[in-house]
Amino acid sequence: MVGNADLFVNWARKSSLWYLLFATACCGIELMQAGASRYDMDRFGAVFRATPRQADLMLVAGTITHKMAERVKRLYDQMPEPKYVIAMGSCANTGGPFYKDSYCVVKGVDLIIPVDVYIPGCPRAPRR
Amino acid sequence: MPRHKAKGNRLEAQAIFDTLKGKFGDAVVELQGEGYSPAFVVVAAAAVKEVSRFLKEDPNLSFDVLMCLSGVDYKEKFAVAYHLHSLKHRHAIGLKAMLPRENPSLPTVDDVWPAANFNEREAFDLFGIVFEGSKDLRRILLPPDWEGHPLRKDYKYPDFYHGIKV
Amino acid sequence: MTTRSNALPTQEMTINMGPQHPSTHGVLRVILTTDGEVVTRAVPDVGYLHRGLEKIGERVTYAQFMPFTDRLDYLAAMNCNCAWAWAVEKLAKIEVPERAEFLRVIVSELNRISSHLIAFGSYTADMGAFTPFLYAIREREQVNDLFEMLCGNRLTYNYARVGGVSGDAPPGFLEKTKEFLDYFEPKLDEYNNLISYNKIFVHRLANVAVIPAEEAVAYGLTGPNLRGSGVFFDLRKDEPYSVYPKFDFKVCVGTGERGTLGDCFDRYMVRINEMRESIKIVRQAVAQIPDGPVLAKVPRVFKPPVGETYFRSECPRGETGIYLISDGSVNPYRLKIRTGSFVSMNIFEKITRGLMIADIVAVIGSFDIILPEIDR
Repeated sequence: MVGNADLFVNWARKSSLWYLLFATACCGIELMQAGASRYDMDRFGAVFRATPRQADLMLVAGTITHKMAERVKRLYDQMPEPKYVIAMGSCANTGGPFYKDSYCVVKGVDLIIPVDVYIPGCPRAPRR
Repeated sequence: MPRHKAKGNRLEAQAIFDTLKGKFGDAVVELQGEGYSPAFVVVAAAAVKEVSRFLKEDPNLSFDVLMCLSGVDYKEKFAVAYHLHSLKHRHAIGLKAMLPRENPSLPTVDDVWPAANFNEREAFDLFGIVFEGSKDLRRILLPPDWEGHPLRKDYKYPDFYHGIKV
Repeated sequence: MTTRSNALPTQEMTINMGPQHPSTHGVLRVILTTDGEVVTRAVPDVGYLHRGLEKIGERVTYAQFMPFTDRLDYLAAMNCNCAWAWAVEKLAKIEVPERAEFLRVIVSELNRISSHLIAFGSYTADMGAFTPFLYAIREREQVNDLFEMLCGNRLTYNYARVGGVSGDAPPGFLEKTKEFLDYFEPKLDEYNNLISYNKIFVHRLANVAVIPAEEAVAYGLTGPNLRGSGVFFDLRKDEPYSVYPKFDFKVCVGTGERGTLGDCFDRYMVRINEMRESIKIVRQAVAQIPDGPVLAKVPRVFKPPVGETYFRSECPRGETGIYLISDGSVNPYRLKIRTGSFVSMNIFEKITRGLMIADIVAVIGSFDIILPEIDR
């Protein structure tokens, strides 16, 4: 019986992954479009939530600057377990096109919070 | 507000410079015309506020729009460049004030054009230029505890900020 | 402490409308000081997306800076690309082929339509109506398809080049554009029927944050924010550049139709009407576009002459002015980008006194700000 309950809970978690609407820059628009008319993410059960307290997944979409870094950490800490982080776009992965010359861009959000999946692209098209 | 058709009298940069020179004399230093679009009238830093007020209030000049205010680092000195436009007469001019590299400061123009406030804060943040009399001069784009002024030509990028590698 | 007669003593509260917020159009932080529900002071705190574009510009070449202009205002990336190209061409006095100019105008106006669609969609979503957002995205996806056909990307195009555009329109592009315009034009009336004159929507927007014309000019507002206050000033008509003099279109201004002149509703309606005018411009451009090359001969190692220039172009969020200083080398010496959104934040504190917290959201949406324009 315990095994079946675990399966049930895991199935529920997998099928209704609520993500935190955290869009900083251009990838944020692609994220919004992925959740909207054509590439509807609601059909996977993924709804966006405005507050980290109700979110399972944090999709970091966009450039993170040093001024923003502390807030990203705080949002991550506010999410209840189990929580996952997807770094979307090259800015969140490694700093993106601002890697070489910018003085205030964090070179990858994994310097602040642990990341589970990295999605490359600049910006990432929703159909992929 | 009625449509601003060409009711006004569009003046050339030389005419504007001559008017200013006639009124302010030595405070108006030179006209940078060749290769500059729009032309720049270089004024002494201390006279910026009076010249700005005159440019705005004189009915023939009527520069009521401050299009842009930027700091510039010409390696030997700093400058603040103002781009002005008149909705009534449809002419444009630039105003430039040269400043020394040590303690660059000049009077604020945010009581002449309220649009200047955020731009002056940005110039202060990125260059370290102090605008005397400004009602609110603090860092705007960078975190308040950032050290240094990044757009200066001799700026060295810091190694770490709050433990994160820059 | 404030006391009202026959009431309990109250105290002012400081609330943070933080960088992560569903309605702030990006990472904008507003520090509200409120007395109950009424805001006594709202101070915007920007800089959460400051990426140092101006410093980057000093370290890359003129051509290499083009992709960074996409990230400057990603909802109107074509407009920013073209503004940078026009600024450099003005500095170096480069003659651009006419077909390239027509293509630039077509993509700029299509991008204006798609940017105003997002402004419309997200504004109505902020006000509580989610459906128009889905309609707007549905239309925007079609524009994205057109752009993908043209240059391969959906959001950050990197289409303009110094001297022209990167590639000619593929066969079928102009026909598909015409089809899209025929499909889209009646949709604007549909949106007006759906939401624009809805009683609740009008009630939330009318008479909120009225900006008189003189103040709008003094605070340097540009674009739809300025025209919403009744000032007839559009760079495409009053200081025309490129091939805009060849087209016939109206300048849309606010009329105070549902409230006071210069309120949020006026700024919103200006954007809806501008979409209609943009459709007109694209139709004329598609009809008049000549044949020819799309890129002028620019040297591979491009060094413009020494000088300074200021170029203004009409982007969907206001005037994008580029102040460019060249010292004759391959990198710009100094480039300063003046954007409509940055200047809109200047007036924010003044016009939000005495509003309710929910009205703050209406004001932010009516300015149609985008954070990378503010923070660069």
